[in-house]
Amino acid sequence: MSAVLFDVPGPRARRRHRILSILTIVGVIAVLGLIGWRFASTGQFAYELWEVFLTPAYVEFIAEGLFYTILAAVMAIAGALVVGMAFGVGKLSDHAWIRWPSWLFVEFFRAVPLYILITYLWALYKFQIELLAPLVIGLILYNGSVLAETVRAGINAVPKGQVEAAYALGMRKGAVMRIVQLPQAIKIMTPSIISQCIVALKDTSLGYIIVAPGLTYAGRQIWREFENHLQVALVLGVIYILLNSLLELLGRFAQRRLTESRSVPNDVVTDQLALARR
Amino acid sequence: MDFSFLQDSYELLLKGFWVTLRVFLASGLIALVVGTLVAVARVSPVPAMRVVGTAYVTLFRNTPLLLLLFITYYGLPAMGIDFGFFWNVSLAAGLYTAAFVCEALRSGINGVPLGQAEAARAVGMPFTMTMTQVILPQAFRLVVPPIASVFIALAKNTSLVAALGLADVAFRLQGLLRDYPNSRTAAFLTIAAMYIVIVAAISLVASWAERRWKVESR
Repeated sequence: MSAVLFDVPGPRARRRHRILSILTIVGVIAVLGLIGWRFASTGQFAYELWEVFLTPAYVEFIAEGLFYTILAAVMAIAGALVVGMAFGVGKLSDHAWIRWPSWLFVEFFRAVPLYILITYLWALYKFQIELLAPLVIGLILYNGSVLAETVRAGINAVPKGQVEAAYALGMRKGAVMRIVQLPQAIKIMTPSIISQCIVALKDTSLGYIIVAPGLTYAGRQIWREFENHLQVALVLGVIYILLNSLLELLGRFAQRRLTESRSVPNDVVTDQLALARR
Repeated sequence: MDFSFLQDSYELLLKGFWVTLRVFLASGLIALVVGTLVAVARVSPVPAMRVVGTAYVTLFRNTPLLLLLFITYYGLPAMGIDFGFFWNVSLAAGLYTAAFVCEALRSGINGVPLGQAEAARAVGMPFTMTMTQVILPQAFRLVVPPIASVFIALAKNTSLVAALGLADVAFRLQGLLRDYPNSRTAAFLTIAAMYIVIVAAISLVASWAERRWKVESR
């Protein structure tokens, strides 16, 4: 992909690239070293700040938080898929009285920050703590709206000939959507859906603001006790990165399975999705 | 719906709006600069730079912004580095968004016709010059819409700084919800409208820029 921006390097360019490579590596080591040095000189490596992550009782506590985070993410993604499908198809409806409300719903919840949406829902739940509902509902509304746009774009990306052929065979509107458009659209949308799942998973961290059970809640409890904010944030960050990478692998696997027999050429798909991201 | 709370709190809300705007502008600037550098690193001919760029994007894209905020807000001062409250949180939002700017820009760089880079090489330009004089100016035009989406996401993400106690609009919402239990929906809609104003402004600027800098294809 990027090999087209520069020529195949000759001997002098190779030497220059080697020097730049070494400089880059030295630079990275210098930055890491600086961080390590700051850590060491301010005592951030102290055993008692990290000990909690090796204590079985607290590891269990974090694992419990992890369970609730995954639970919230799974519920949010499942709900968002349903909402996204409904409103994505709704935005393409022939009837203005379905199209317009769908449009309003999607545009509103896409534009409102999750933070204030979740805070508002929490207020409706009378600020009860340790409650997953406001977080999950907020995530469903937001991610559902984003997915609705993806669904709409995915359906539009299915070649027109497919739809025309279906009508020519005498299928009705619902059947064309169900049998011809949606199955192909879902294949096209898989990459976007996966990246939205990662967004939803990351956003479960917002449970922190409404004191909902989850990783960030566990983290808050731990740093209240041990005063080790930095260490907790780093460990939670690593957990989230691992979770997201796992999800990405899963997505790539699913995409391969789904796209083994592709009826839509690849470049059409990327073009349409690039437009849809807009 | 009862909007009477506005009488007492409109000043606080406007102040909060100003804080939100400032965080947005500061972190947007950081994101644009860092994101461009990382994008160039990711397409550069030097393998080590490509690896570093990819690692940056993987790390920052997969970490929740809230955790990055914790790291810069609590962590940096604990390590003896402190740029002040405002810049600490803007740094986290900026570095996080930079990963997305980089990805958008990279797609733009790949979208510039190959002939352009080849022509630049044919007239003897080295990689840095090909980039700065030929590819990037065209790539920036191509990526106006995706960058606008990234900035819209950033505008909404700035609300997270309220979790750390920076008194922006989102921070004011919680106070309003507690103080005026009868106008919760009104308070929510008011704050939502403020964000929608920012989002709409970004969209307007983006569509203007897109028209203004449209690449004429011949």
